[in-house]
Amino acid sequence: MKSIKFKQRLTSITGHSFLTVLCTVWLLPIVWLVLQSFRGESTGPTNNIIPRQFTFDNYINLFTDTRLFNFPRWFGNTLFVAVISCVISTMLVLMTSYAFSRLRFSMREKYMKIILVIGMFPGFMSMIAIYHILKMFGLTQTLWALILVYSGGAAMGYYISKGFFDTIPKAIDESAMIDGATKSQIFWKITLPMSKPIVIYTILTSFMAPWVDFVFASIIMRDSYNNFTMAIGLYEMLKRENIGTYFTQFCAGAVVVAIPITILFIFMQKYYVSGVTGGSVKG
Amino acid sequence: MEKLKQFFEPFKFAIKDGDSKTKLSLVVMGAGSFLRKQYVRGFTYLLIQIGFIAYMITSGLSQIAGLRTLGTVEQGQVFDEARGIYVYTQGDNSMLFLLFGVMAVLLFIAFVGVYRLSVKNAVENQQLCESKQPLISFKQDCHDLMDGKFHITVLSLPTVLVTIFTILPLIFMIFIAFTNYDINHQPPGNLFTWVGLNNFRDLVASNGIISGTFYSLLLWTLIWAFFATFLNYVLGMLVAMLINHKQIKLKKLWRTLLVVTIAVPQFVSLMLMSQLLSDNGALNGLLASWGWISEFQPIKFLTDPNIARITVIVVNVWVGIPYTMLITSGILMNVPQDMYESARIDGASAWVQFRKITLPYMLNVTTPYLITQFVGNINNFNVIFLLTGGGPLTLSYYKAGRTDLLVTWLYKLALTEKNYALASAIGIIIFMIMATLSLVVFRRTLEDGRESTFQ
Repeated sequence: MKSIKFKQRLTSITGHSFLTVLCTVWLLPIVWLVLQSFRGESTGPTNNIIPRQFTFDNYINLFTDTRLFNFPRWFGNTLFVAVISCVISTMLVLMTSYAFSRLRFSMREKYMKIILVIGMFPGFMSMIAIYHILKMFGLTQTLWALILVYSGGAAMGYYISKGFFDTIPKAIDESAMIDGATKSQIFWKITLPMSKPIVIYTILTSFMAPWVDFVFASIIMRDSYNNFTMAIGLYEMLKRENIGTYFTQFCAGAVVVAIPITILFIFMQKYYVSGVTGGSVKG
Repeated sequence: MEKLKQFFEPFKFAIKDGDSKTKLSLVVMGAGSFLRKQYVRGFTYLLIQIGFIAYMITSGLSQIAGLRTLGTVEQGQVFDEARGIYVYTQGDNSMLFLLFGVMAVLLFIAFVGVYRLSVKNAVENQQLCESKQPLISFKQDCHDLMDGKFHITVLSLPTVLVTIFTILPLIFMIFIAFTNYDINHQPPGNLFTWVGLNNFRDLVASNGIISGTFYSLLLWTLIWAFFATFLNYVLGMLVAMLINHKQIKLKKLWRTLLVVTIAVPQFVSLMLMSQLLSDNGALNGLLASWGWISEFQPIKFLTDPNIARITVIVVNVWVGIPYTMLITSGILMNVPQDMYESARIDGASAWVQFRKITLPYMLNVTTPYLITQFVGNINNFNVIFLLTGGGPLTLSYYKAGRTDLLVTWLYKLALTEKNYALASAIGIIIFMIMATLSLVVFRRTLEDGRESTFQ
């Protein structure tokens, strides 16, 4: 008996110490980022991990000193783009996945296959064409252009919520239909309220995608400085000619970008996991 | 063949058995509807027809014709005799020729669809009249859109947006792969034109520097995707198993600590990593201050070809493990516990249990996820671009560095080299690789009827 207890003890200790090391390694870069954002001495990246002086100046400068980097404006841009495209994409994704999951029409399977195939082309392969289409609409280098690009193809990410809708028993729809409900009423009054996890998952991912996107934003905005998002702005700060002066401000900006997402993510973790596992991975 | 026959069915009926109203609708769209008092529907068809004809006459036809040449008039100087000076003339813009041409063809196809629908409506109306049944009223139409035809209401906006922002640009770029649209053929100054399969030949069969680069990057892309996927999968699963272990306390805390790292946006954490790992970055500084390395010989995490390739894979493990941990820990709890019970009684070690029970179960459940991840990693732009930028650069590659994936090479060729033709050809090849791989997932998830098991 004693040896079993000893063995359990040993597993517990090695297990916990391994996890401690693991979490330290994983968190160290993040902790370093946060520490640097409070660093008082203002030279480029240095070796000492813990700053010699602590200060809030980096955050204050980030939002007040707009001579070279207009961060407050970029923050507003990003928020605007993320909120609007979140609303549009969520609607599009939920509508599309509902149609594919619940409604039966002649082109259904072919339609789903086409979307699957199109999704396999690298996204920014078509950016040059999109740029000229936006130009036709007179929208080049504007925030609305970004919104259209983010939400235009949103419907193609229907798989996960479709997988979720598939798991709602059809009998519920059928009994509603006997009571005289139309398909539209079923969608709004029955399916959506029953799908809280997937609705939240969709909102979360469609907000996060524009909030953290770098590639599309940089291709569309090019040099339109006032319409930058935070991602492009921060990338600018790390360019060779700026990094010496602006590294600590970059860290502060990165913290500003990361905090809302981190908080959202920690609270919504549950929905996130049930979204991914409920929708895409099926046994 | 069967489908083609089905497509022409309404036309056949209208020509053979149609009455005057139905026959008229072959020429005047919607005639079969508004002559039978379905005014809204009928006049909508008519309006579409008038609009389409007007568009075709004013620009559509010439746009479709322009597809053949992609423009013939170079921008240049012409001597204006009346004024006695040279004037700059606006040349043709090959790119707009291509874009508008593709659009005109798409509109034409859409129009054929609407035309068929109008004839089909007319035929249906005639049949309803003959059997003395009431026609569908406008009110009924509206109700149908909320009920029986709800899919049309729900899918039309997504379809329009996907067509404009995904399909049209994609078709455009697929065509670009067959042209010579590169730095020397930039509209509006210069024209570009069709070159057939030249770009693909350069990439795959020419034995020059371009195809050399292509094969090296293809190999590296596959190696990268393999390690990025399976290393993350196995390690993430092991971490999840450890946290799920009976003896471990504070499960929620460990999970949250790890999850914090995925919540930080990738572009932030990756740019940060590139700073930490640079030659005079914090990590080298730290190692030097501990005396483990000399200050003047930093470890070249990102600048030595082989170390850089290992670095990106390791950093990707850092990025990916919390994610796999999160996904797998839910599934792990579903493994039937009695299997472990009996395995323990038979005296199987932890390793044997993992190999014989956990791994097969997990693989069975997560194959689609694994393949999606693998395909996603082939296109994993962020990790490479933000971490190494594809570097270290080398002269033996054509405009690429040692850690460039095909997809970041595509980006560089398009955005910095303006060699759109070659970039598009690469995009098509990436697509073919991914499509082949995805067929496997596709078979499993869509075609064996698994979709309906929950209904």
